[in-house]
Amino acid sequence: MRNIISKIGVALLALGFVGVLAFAVNTGFKIATGLEDDDRFSVSMVTDGGGINDQSFQESSWKGMQELAKETDVKVSYVECPQTSDFLSNIDKLADENTDLIWGIGYKLADTIELAAKTNPEINYALADFSLGERTPDNVTCAVFRSEESSFVVGYIAAMTTKKGCVGFVGGIKGLVIDQFEYGYLAGVKYASKKLGKNIDVKIQYAESFTDSAKGKAIAMKMYDNCDVIFHAAGGAGVGVIEAAKETGNYVIGVDKDQSSLAPKNVLTSAIKDVGKAVKMISIKALNGEYIGGKTFSYGIKEHCVGIPSENPNLDPEVYKSAIEIQEKISNGGIISPGNERDYKEFINKLSSGKII
Amino acid sequence: MTRSISRILKSYFMRTFIAVLLGFVVASAILFITGYNPSQCMAVMFNAVFSRPKFIVNVILKSTPIILTGLSVAFAFKMGLFNIGAEGQFIVSTIASAIVGLVFNFHPIIQVPLVIMSGVFAGAIFGGIIGFLKSKFGIHEVITSIMLNWIALYLCNYISNLACFHKPESDGTYPINESGLTLFMYKWKFSEEGRSFLKNNPVLNDIILKTDFNFNFILAVIIAIVVWVVIYKTRKGYEFRACGLNPDAAQNAGIDVNKNIIYTMLISGALSGLAGALALTGSSNPVIHVLPVFENYGFNGLSVALIAGSSPIGCIFAGIMFSALIYAGQSLQFKLGAPSEIVNIMIGTIVFFVALSVIIPVIVDKIVEKEERKSA
Repeated sequence: MRNIISKIGVALLALGFVGVLAFAVNTGFKIATGLEDDDRFSVSMVTDGGGINDQSFQESSWKGMQELAKETDVKVSYVECPQTSDFLSNIDKLADENTDLIWGIGYKLADTIELAAKTNPEINYALADFSLGERTPDNVTCAVFRSEESSFVVGYIAAMTTKKGCVGFVGGIKGLVIDQFEYGYLAGVKYASKKLGKNIDVKIQYAESFTDSAKGKAIAMKMYDNCDVIFHAAGGAGVGVIEAAKETGNYVIGVDKDQSSLAPKNVLTSAIKDVGKAVKMISIKALNGEYIGGKTFSYGIKEHCVGIPSENPNLDPEVYKSAIEIQEKISNGGIISPGNERDYKEFINKLSSGKII
Repeated sequence: MTRSISRILKSYFMRTFIAVLLGFVVASAILFITGYNPSQCMAVMFNAVFSRPKFIVNVILKSTPIILTGLSVAFAFKMGLFNIGAEGQFIVSTIASAIVGLVFNFHPIIQVPLVIMSGVFAGAIFGGIIGFLKSKFGIHEVITSIMLNWIALYLCNYISNLACFHKPESDGTYPINESGLTLFMYKWKFSEEGRSFLKNNPVLNDIILKTDFNFNFILAVIIAIVVWVVIYKTRKGYEFRACGLNPDAAQNAGIDVNKNIIYTMLISGALSGLAGALALTGSSNPVIHVLPVFENYGFNGLSVALIAGSSPIGCIFAGIMFSALIYAGQSLQFKLGAPSEIVNIMIGTIVFFVALSVIIPVIVDKIVEKEERKSA
C-alpha cells in the first residue's frame, strides 16, 4: 500500500512538473527580468571556439566593444561558443533579442553569419577578419585587415636587426589570413636587404596549429640555430616561439597586440592588428545610421588599425626611425605591401627593376 | 505517513530533483557573491529555455548527442568500465561519417544509413581497441581511452587539412553531400516555396527554419529504450551486469569476463559513434574542422551518465537538463554579462550535488528515526 502511495506521489509530482512546463510553453510564459525596457542601441559579438580571453583577436574585439560602451550610450554584450553547433543557435538568440548589430569574430563564423543573414533579412550582421566578397548579403558588413602592411614593417625591422643574416617566420595554419602576414613579412625583408645591399635568408615553417605552444617552441628552437629574429603569426602556438626566444636569448616579433610583456628582453617589436578598433569604428557607423550593409571595409596603417607599438625598448632607435618612415610610405601609398603570393612576385619584380625605392 | 514521505524522498527521481534544487540554491549563492542578482539570473535562464517553442527545440536538438554519449558511458559503467573515451569515439565517428558523406553520393535512402553506420562502426572500433587492450593485456581503460582521445583529436585536425577534403578559406572540410543529411526538409525550407509557406506560419518558421530541425532525438530515445532492454531483459545484459558487480564471481559462474569487456566497449563505442554521426548529419554546417580543444560532447556525456545514475532512461532526462543548462547559460552571458566561468561553476555545482545525492536517503532515514523516537 505504502509503496503504491509513494509511487503515485512521484508520478503526480512528475506530472505536475510536466504540466507547468507545458503551460509555460503554450502561453509563451516569460518571467519579468527587469531587463525589458532597455531600448538602447545594442551591439553583440559571437566568438569562435577561442573565447573572450584568447590573448588574441576575440579579446581585442571585446575590448573594442567595451570602449564603445564607455564612449557612447550603446549596450554591448558577448556570447561564447564552445561548440561549433552553438554558432547558429547563439546568433539566432541575439537576433531574437532585437540586437541592432551582431558581430561574428573570425572566419570560422563566416558561413553561419551568411546563413543567418539570409534567414533574417531584417537584422544587421558584421563579420570581422573575413570578407564574403561578392556573396556579401545586403545586411552584412565585413571588416578585413591589411596585416601585410604591419608585417612589411616588422619584416623590414627584422632584416635591419639580424646579425646572422637570417630571419624566420612561424605561421599558424596556412590560409588567407596568415598569407597576409607571411608575404608582407617576406616583402619587408627583401626591401630591407636591397637597401642594405646584402642577401638575407628567410626560413618559413608552419606549426599547423594556433594553440600548440610546444610545437611552436620546438620549431623556433630549431630555427634559432641559424636565425636570430623570428616573426610569429601563430596565436597560442606563437607563445612557444616567444619562450624559445627567451631561452636562447634571441629576438622575436609578436603579433596581434604588443606582446612585449611576455618576454620584455626578447620581444623586438610587434605587428599589431587591432581588431577591436575596427569593431568599434564599424559599430559607431551603424549607430550613426550610416548605410554599411553589403560593404567590406579594409583597415590598415592609414586607419591606425595595424602597425607597430610606439614603445620598443629592444629596438635600435635608428631602425625605429626608418621603420616609421616606411610606415608613412605605406600609409600614403608610396609602398604597396603584397598580401598574397601573386602580389608578392609582382612586388619582387618591381623591386629588382628599381621601380620601388 | 512519515514512512511514505520518506520513501518518496528516497526514490531516485526525487533524490535527483532535490539535488538539482540544492545545486540551484548554491549556484544562486555563488552568483550573489560574484555580484549578480540570482533571481534575475534564474529568470533569464528560465526564459532562455521556455519562453519560445524554438528554444525548447534547440535544447532538445542539443541534448541528442549528449544523451547518446551519456548512454555510452552509462552502458560501460554497468559493466564496471569507465569509458572516458566517449569524446574520442565521438570524434572518430564524425571523421568517418564526414569522409563517407563526402566521397559517396547515393540516394538518401542508402546514403543516410551508410553515413551513420560508418560513424557507428568507427566509434565501435575505437571503443573496441580499449576493450581489447583491457581484456588481453589488462591495461586500464581510463589510460588507453584518454590517449585515444588525443589520437582522435589530432587525426581530426589532420583529415581536416588534407588537400582532398579541405575547403579553402576555412579551417575544415567541405560540407558532406546533401543526400547524407538527416535535417528535416533541408532543401525545401530554403527554397522559395518553403520560405513563403513558413512565413505565414510564424511558429513553424521559428522552429523549422531557424534551427537545425531534425528527428535524431527520437532515434536517441529509441536507442535509450533498446539499451535498457539489453541491459535488464536479455541474457547478455545479465552477464554484463554480473561482470560489473563482481568480475570474479561472474567468472566463477561461467561467464567469460574478458570477452564481455570487448563486447561492452564495442557497444559503448558504437553508441558514442552514433552520437557523432547524428551530430554531423543533423547539422546545417556538416563539416569536421580543426579542433583547438575538445568540444566536450563525450565529457558532457560523463556528466549526463552521472546525473542519470547510469540509468539508460534517466540519460534522456539528464541529457535534456544538461543541455538546457548549457543553453541557458549562454543566454546568461549576453543578457547579464556573466563570464562563462561563472556559468560553468554553476553547472558544475549542480552536477556535484547530484553526485552527492546518495546521502539524501541517509539524511531522510536519520530524520525519520528521530521523528519516530519523538512520537514513541
